[in-house]
Amino acid sequence: MNRTQVVEQLPGLRRYARVLTGEAWAADDLVQDTLERACSKWLLWRTGTDLRAWLFTLMHNLYLNQRRALSSPAPVNIEDVQDQLPGGSGPSDEALDLERCLQRLPPDQRAVLLLVAMEDMSYEDTARILGIPVGTVMSRLSRARTRLRALMDREPTPGLSQAAPAGAPTTGPAPALRRLK
Amino acid sequence: MTRSSTIDPSQHASRPQADESAHWHALVDGQLPPAQAQALHEQLLDDEAAQDTMAHWRAQGDRLHALHQDLLHAPVPDMLLAAALRTADRGQQQARWWRWGGMAASVVLAFGLGWTGRSQWPGLAPGLAPGSSMAIRDAAPLAAETPQRFAQQAAVAHAVYQPEVRHPVEVTAAQQDHLVQWLSKRLGRPLKVPALGSLGYELVGGRLLPGDTGVRAQFMYQNSAGQRITLYLGALAPASAGAVRSGLPGPIAPAPGATSPSDTASFQFTQTGPVSGFYWTDAGFGYALSGQLSRPELLSLATAVFQQLNL
Repeated sequence: MNRTQVVEQLPGLRRYARVLTGEAWAADDLVQDTLERACSKWLLWRTGTDLRAWLFTLMHNLYLNQRRALSSPAPVNIEDVQDQLPGGSGPSDEALDLERCLQRLPPDQRAVLLLVAMEDMSYEDTARILGIPVGTVMSRLSRARTRLRALMDREPTPGLSQAAPAGAPTTGPAPALRRLK
Repeated sequence: MTRSSTIDPSQHASRPQADESAHWHALVDGQLPPAQAQALHEQLLDDEAAQDTMAHWRAQGDRLHALHQDLLHAPVPDMLLAAALRTADRGQQQARWWRWGGMAASVVLAFGLGWTGRSQWPGLAPGLAPGSSMAIRDAAPLAAETPQRFAQQAAVAHAVYQPEVRHPVEVTAAQQDHLVQWLSKRLGRPLKVPALGSLGYELVGGRLLPGDTGVRAQFMYQNSAGQRITLYLGALAPASAGAVRSGLPGPIAPAPGATSPSDTASFQFTQTGPVSGFYWTDAGFGYALSGQLSRPELLSLATAVFQQLNL
């Protein structure tokens, strides 16, 4: 273990924490806590095993503990708060919509989706990091994708709804897509 | 990251809904073996619903990948960088500590067992202390050996002799009477050798070792799989016997279902690299049972040792 090995994990950890928590300050706090936890847990890390996966594991334990410590707010129905959500018309609209929708997923589902679809981790590594069986990874992944799709379909996208050509389903939340389930 | 399939192809024939969806996910995530991916791809070519759903998932993935890409190239805040360097340095100290453990083997062997080490250890101790946050948070002056340091020395002794093929012990179990007589004399107290056969561990033998505050005895046991555990014991300095009650972060694991240990005999768990240990003190003597075992396995062995020693 040397300094380079740890330091080169930082950008990836920050990005992942940023998307997981949805807040820049919370993300860097989470990374900081993760490093401090790693500092006190080195004895439990086996040289030669995957450092990145280990740090992700520590981060998830911390994140879920923090979530549990906060009295978890009641789930919000997106339709009830649609008018209060910040609008916008910049080029990052789409990314903001996506982030907002991600935060509406249950944390367990969000974590699985991000590890698999954003971090390109295998289902086995995802299962190990989250401490759950692979079958649970699959069911959470399925629920997360279905739910995210539903949320994105509902999310108002004023800048895009007109521009998005019908029949180009891969380019975003085209409202014209038919719902399958 | 390793990638391999998690999907059992044999389940595909029945095509229940959940399995089918799992295959679609695995296809989108590139987690099917190439041949299976190709077959499924062809099979789904005309399945409009599948194509539509998978296109959606891929689009989600593309957009997730694009999120906060800037952070991958942005400078890292100083706070985080400092924390990362602290963490890395701690990890390196740990690694050095383990290398030092290996060095200790040759030192101990070279100087022989009569060497008490008193003049040599202080020079090593400062470099050693920061490495192990659990065992020696307060670097122990030699005059007052803490139970933590005792436990750490037990872990080193375990790491040194456990892999020995030809000379794991000085006196083998075949000469058990002599072994007990000899070590009792050197430790200044009649010793008992716990029998752990009911738990699958037979005595290999024992040896004498130098400790901070006097001589130590190490008994080695082995099971049929060749797994070895060591029991390390010796008299602690009077000051540190009391430290068990006052100076430790609290008993970690009182032996469940065992003869309740007295006040001074709470089990403490310690993990030093791959070596786990339970240690306790009883009537001025320190005991540590070490092994590369899971905590519950080791606890049941430690409990048995404790019970037998207090019969």
